Amino acid sequence: MLQETGTEWLSQEVKTGTTIIAVEFDGGVVLGSDSRVSAGASVVNRVMNKLSPLHDKIYCALSGSAADAQTIAEVVHYQLDVHSIEIDEDPQVRSAATLVRNISYKYKEELSAHLIVAGWDRRDGGQVFATLSGLLTRQPFAVGGSGSSHVYGFVDAEFRGGMSKEECQQFVVNTLSLAINRDGSSGGVAYIVSIDEHGTEEKVVLGNDLPTFFDQ
Amino acid sequence: KMAAATMSPYFGQQMSSKNDLVPAWTSQEVSTGTTIMALEYDGGVVIGADSRTTTGAYIANRVTDKLTPIHDRIFCCRSGSAADTQAIADVVTYQLGFHSIELDEPPLVETAANLFRASCYRYREELTAGILVAGWDRRKGGQVYCVPIGGMLVRQPVSVGGSGSSYIYGFMDSNYKPNMTKDQCLELTAAAVSLAMERDGSSGGVVRLASISKDGVERRVILGNQLPKYSTH
Repeated sequence: MLQETGTEWLSQEVKTGTTIIAVEFDGGVVLGSDSRVSAGASVVNRVMNKLSPLHDKIYCALSGSAADAQTIAEVVHYQLDVHSIEIDEDPQVRSAATLVRNISYKYKEELSAHLIVAGWDRRDGGQVFATLSGLLTRQPFAVGGSGSSHVYGFVDAEFRGGMSKEECQQFVVNTLSLAINRDGSSGGVAYIVSIDEHGTEEKVVLGNDLPTFFDQ
Repeated sequence: KMAAATMSPYFGQQMSSKNDLVPAWTSQEVSTGTTIMALEYDGGVVIGADSRTTTGAYIANRVTDKLTPIHDRIFCCRSGSAADTQAIADVVTYQLGFHSIELDEPPLVETAANLFRASCYRYREELTAGILVAGWDRRKGGQVYCVPIGGMLVRQPVSVGGSGSSYIYGFMDSNYKPNMTKDQCLELTAAAVSLAMERDGSSGGVVRLASISKDGVERRVILGNQLPKYSTH
């Protein structure tokens, strides 16, 4: 039998294995993530909220190396604070995404994190930006993390423009549930954040309340 | 070839892809990049595949047929190394044909699947082959058996394989229901393979479908412009 000392995870990098998703609807955005953080085969945190606020109505979803992603989010949170004081109004989602992109691009050799930035601002309404590897692109929806590969087919087939907020929330929960079922690095509970001009709403969907499928 | 002669390697130095006179794909293995899928329905099975074979970035065959007959009512879907899967399929076709003559009746799908597994497991270190075995027999009706890399064998109501399969697990989990009709299965397979082809660079071309039941085998092809369209950014 293989010798297992059980302490390999102490020396392995902590990754937010992850499935993250953000969807735009007319009037706002919905973000979703799972809650598993793994170090090798060990789950070091099963209830981590990977939806991190950058500002009142701008959130980002973290994936990749937990340390890198958290640090980028914290740095941009600070930079956005300063920026919003300077311009004396709420910052634009595009500004937040640009700040994230600038860090991701400049340090792309050292960092391995992918953040999806989504939020609502007065100028352009709900917006979702992907910043993978230091690019910046606005998309109707974005998925990321190791679990996302398993649900590309599903989101390509099921996404339609013009969904309501509730339909977006259901779409996000379904996508997370499917990805959690197939990806060993995603699991736990689903965190959902909905942002529109009236405010920001955070919700948790516990494991047993997630939608189930034919083989469960 | 003249250019190759003047660039002959010294001291066992390999002619690498840095040499622009010879394209990289000439030294890369032929792989059926692939998306393959097989589903059971009451009375038979439906199988589907894309049609792209790649050597590195070059598409060696854009109209490949990855749905290979092993016997009258048993097919296999091939993914992985084109050479390995063709060789294994040829061996199993011979073994199954011989066995069927000895038995004097049509072979079982489970037998065919076990023959694949025997070869894939014994030579697991040398082979790269992911195979779906699907067919109909009188004893158990429509069956799908999955023989992935490494040589495991498991029967599943629906199975996907190949590099493009990662992208459609979610779609398959949410859209497959037990007891679908043959036409629903065909539609689901065509949709799933199209979605995977859009996302996976190693899958593409046309969608080949086949349905196998006690009445025989029906094959069809869906060309590029007839594929279901999914409008995403």
